[in-house]
Amino acid sequence: MLLKPKIIWIDAVGCNGCSHSFFNKPEISSFFENFELLYHPLLYTEDLKIQECDVLIVEGALKANFSRLGYDLNSLITELFLKAEKIIALGTCAVYGGIFGNGLMFEKEQKGKFYKCRDKIINIPGCPIHPEWLSYVLDMIRLDRYIPLDEFNRPLEIFTYTSHMGCTRNEYFEWKIDAENFGTKEGCLFYYQGCQGPFTHSSCNKILWNEVNSKPRAGTPCFGCTEASFPKKNLFKTETFMGIPANIPLGVSKRAYLTLSGIAKSLINDRLNKKLIECKNENNKKNN
Amino acid sequence: MSKEEKKEQIMQTALSLFAKQGFYSTTIADIAREMGMSVGNMYNYFPSKESLAKELLIYTSKKFGDEIRKINEMDISSKEKIKKIVELYFKKAVEEPELVDYFMRVYLSNKEIFNNGCEGMLCVSAFVTEIMIFFEEGVRKKELKNQDFFAAFGLFMGYIGGLAFLNRENILGKPLEEYIEPVSENIYNALKA
Repeated sequence: MLLKPKIIWIDAVGCNGCSHSFFNKPEISSFFENFELLYHPLLYTEDLKIQECDVLIVEGALKANFSRLGYDLNSLITELFLKAEKIIALGTCAVYGGIFGNGLMFEKEQKGKFYKCRDKIINIPGCPIHPEWLSYVLDMIRLDRYIPLDEFNRPLEIFTYTSHMGCTRNEYFEWKIDAENFGTKEGCLFYYQGCQGPFTHSSCNKILWNEVNSKPRAGTPCFGCTEASFPKKNLFKTETFMGIPANIPLGVSKRAYLTLSGIAKSLINDRLNKKLIECKNENNKKNN
Repeated sequence: MSKEEKKEQIMQTALSLFAKQGFYSTTIADIAREMGMSVGNMYNYFPSKESLAKELLIYTSKKFGDEIRKINEMDISSKEKIKKIVELYFKKAVEEPELVDYFMRVYLSNKEIFNNGCEGMLCVSAFVTEIMIFFEEGVRKKELKNQDFFAAFGLFMGYIGGLAFLNRENILGKPLEEYIEPVSENIYNALKA
């Protein structure tokens, strides 16, 4: 790869949230040292020219009969697509359609317009994307390194995790103790409050946001924004069938999960059933 | 005979004695006598009467759960499954009345025996899990109404348990089997979407 790969960053139908997320990265200067940004809709770059580039970043969704920079949007992206070495579909809208339209490679979970060209595409979903996720992919491309992908062409290094992994509320998940309100330090958000962490692929609780936090850590449920099903309705309420979560953690059968969680709930954990700050040493002694 | 088979035999014997005489009036010596074993040998299989009572609960729950699992895995409607579960339960109540007796007269009436190690779902999880799966799939297929689990569970199990109890007390006017149809119908009407 070139010393400074050339990037064209095009905004399709979206909110520019992924741009804002990425360019607020504290170490953003290294991006400009290592890459040449030929075009970006929000930054001072030259006017868009349809030309060859190493990486085409498409932020936002495709939409028919939508005008962008004097071109038909879908035709513009097709032309740029053909001249680019690699394409990054950036954000959930570009990956699956998300809020605004159709994704490049997927329309929700179905095959999309550019599915046939999947060998050129790397998908980074998220609403918005985490700046580190794009940095990782760009650096790997610049260094000409192989990027292992999952079945949705998402980099495994990021999306093999669930956002549940590393959550500070995992102890409450283990014992089936739910948070009664949002914003509390205690309690799991999976059982009632709508958290999709156990079945959402992302590294949000491993690589933290703004280097300090994640939604579930702060007391807000994971909205599942890296998945094709995003956005669902009722994001603050767990979908249940007869009181049983409609979506269960990945990798286990419903029967196994119900058995385990029923047993966990039957074994009352005194320590976690009260505010942590009220736990005294006596509890620990008793447990010994 | 393997140790597991022997344990099962002891459990069967204990089951009928517990069901007939109650937990407290039955001694390990009674069970040993019925088995033709020495009391000392009995303790090689179960360290106490309480542990025997708990294992018995796990064992029967698993047996019953396995049967419901077969129904859950059938490719039939929730309505038909309800009938199959009622049928299964009533059949057991007639053929193995000590099973229902044990559950009602020992487990539900002497919770203090089960306080340490059988709390909540611990010993009945095999059975309750299958009922959960039955309900969950019924709602997912839009055949059953989405409601609180225990509201539905109580309606289903309380109802058929009650009928089995009345049957055991010889209060029902007709054989229990004849109630399969109307009881299943009532349960379905109460749970359907």
